Amino acid sequence: MAESREGRDMAAKPVMVEIAGVNKVFGDASGGTVALQDIVLRIEQGEFVSIVGPSGCGKSTLLRIIADLIPPTNGRVQVNGKTPHQARLDRDYGFVFQAPTLLEWRTVLKNVELPLEVMHAAKPEWKERARKMLELVGLKDFHHHYPWQLSGGMQQRASIARALAFDPALLLMDEPFGALDEFTRERMNLELLDIWEKTHKTLIFITHSIAEAVFLSSRVVVMTPRPGKIAAVIDVDLPYPRTFETRESERFFELVTQVRETLKEEFVGRGGGGA
Amino acid sequence: MSAVSTMGGRGAARETRWVAPLVVFVVVTGLWEAAVRLFSVPVFLLPAPSAIAVVFAQNFLMLWEYGFNTFRQALIGFAIGCGAGIVLAAVVARSKTLAEVLLPVAVASNSVPIVAMAPLAIVWFGIGEGSKIAIVAVMCFFPTLVSTVRGLNAAAAAEVELLRSYAASEWAIFRKLRVPTALPFVFNAFKICSTLSMIGAIVAEFFGGSVKYLGVYIKTEANILHTTEAWSAILVACLIGIFFYMAIVGLERWLMPWHVSQRAENS
Repeated sequence: MAESREGRDMAAKPVMVEIAGVNKVFGDASGGTVALQDIVLRIEQGEFVSIVGPSGCGKSTLLRIIADLIPPTNGRVQVNGKTPHQARLDRDYGFVFQAPTLLEWRTVLKNVELPLEVMHAAKPEWKERARKMLELVGLKDFHHHYPWQLSGGMQQRASIARALAFDPALLLMDEPFGALDEFTRERMNLELLDIWEKTHKTLIFITHSIAEAVFLSSRVVVMTPRPGKIAAVIDVDLPYPRTFETRESERFFELVTQVRETLKEEFVGRGGGGA
Repeated sequence: MSAVSTMGGRGAARETRWVAPLVVFVVVTGLWEAAVRLFSVPVFLLPAPSAIAVVFAQNFLMLWEYGFNTFRQALIGFAIGCGAGIVLAAVVARSKTLAEVLLPVAVASNSVPIVAMAPLAIVWFGIGEGSKIAIVAVMCFFPTLVSTVRGLNAAAAAEVELLRSYAASEWAIFRKLRVPTALPFVFNAFKICSTLSMIGAIVAEFFGGSVKYLGVYIKTEANILHTTEAWSAILVACLIGIFFYMAIVGLERWLMPWHVSQRAENS
């Protein structure tokens, strides 16, 4: 697994997400806020890409445009070779929100079955699939619990199982571990990597934690705010599978510093220009 | 009594919940009884609880027959009013324009004293049960409409996005998200309406009708200073009101085992 990722050929891998010159303006075109400016990004199948940046840099907006939950003002987006709208209709992606967003009247198992129910998947198949996903995220003993009976980390695991339930090729995660404590978050990071390696999904992961972005991903997209744009895309050459030790390696610190410097340069550069 | 103290956690909690209100009830009734005897209050002003209990026992079957007649009107009116409220809410919740036009009117109508229209209802629907059912239905309609519309719009933005991300149809979002989210709101309206419907039926009966209904009976007996008889009928009205309310609470528990209000007991 580790070798294949290191030895990947840029041209050979099919593209999962292609974003070309996307802008997003909230409000009217003349006096609105520019949330995204000239976003260009290509994500290949099987990649784990993190988008990191401070609040207001448009990272969540970008994810919602990929998911066809909001339209871009202009520019071209392709997901799995289709328009985002078609990709949504074809259920090509699963979305994990910052809050677990489990429906409180459904048990954990019923929550995971929700997308399959909506998509009218065959019943025995969906039961089997939901059970398998819950086992994958380590919740097989909690099928009949209600969401409020679970801890925050377990709720978020259930919501990941739900996003995987219909086997989408792409997983979009919007700060999924932002509300968790440091301890739980680090454990969830390892579990997510495990799930990624087992399922071969393409993962786009939003976070405001530089360390989390570097630890998880094969590439880190650094975004800066006002207007939201991509400041740099940094390749993370840390070998998979990553472990607790990865966080203590020298290369890890170098990469974290590199991301941090990129963010700092952008701010300092802008401050100098304004003075 | 010792059996109670040996009962485990949740049973004991359920027991103690009833103790405090029961004590209050017993104390208030006791004070009432004592005050009436001590100050020799004339019976037509305020009869003692014991006297009411005697009359209640003597007229037991008759009182319950009248009570059931009144309750039937309340229940039919409740069903029509709440049903219409829910149906209109479902329509209104689907259209922003309709909601903007209708909701302010509904909220304003909620402050119209509907019982004041009881004499008119008799003109429109006759002296029989029709006029009472109509009053109850109108009283139940507005709280249910307003609550249900609020409930149908109460789903969190992220929850709607979640279903959108599955390419769910509006109908699927309505069924799988909006309706379950609205249920607690609807049941709150039902609880309010259960009480309102008994009040509405009895007050509507004050304006006339057959003698075999609680409202007519209370008014007739009070007019000839048969205060104890009137009180015994009020007691029946109270018992039916409590029963109706509890029945709705029971239904709520059965339909919404997940809800916040029930977590303390289930966990």
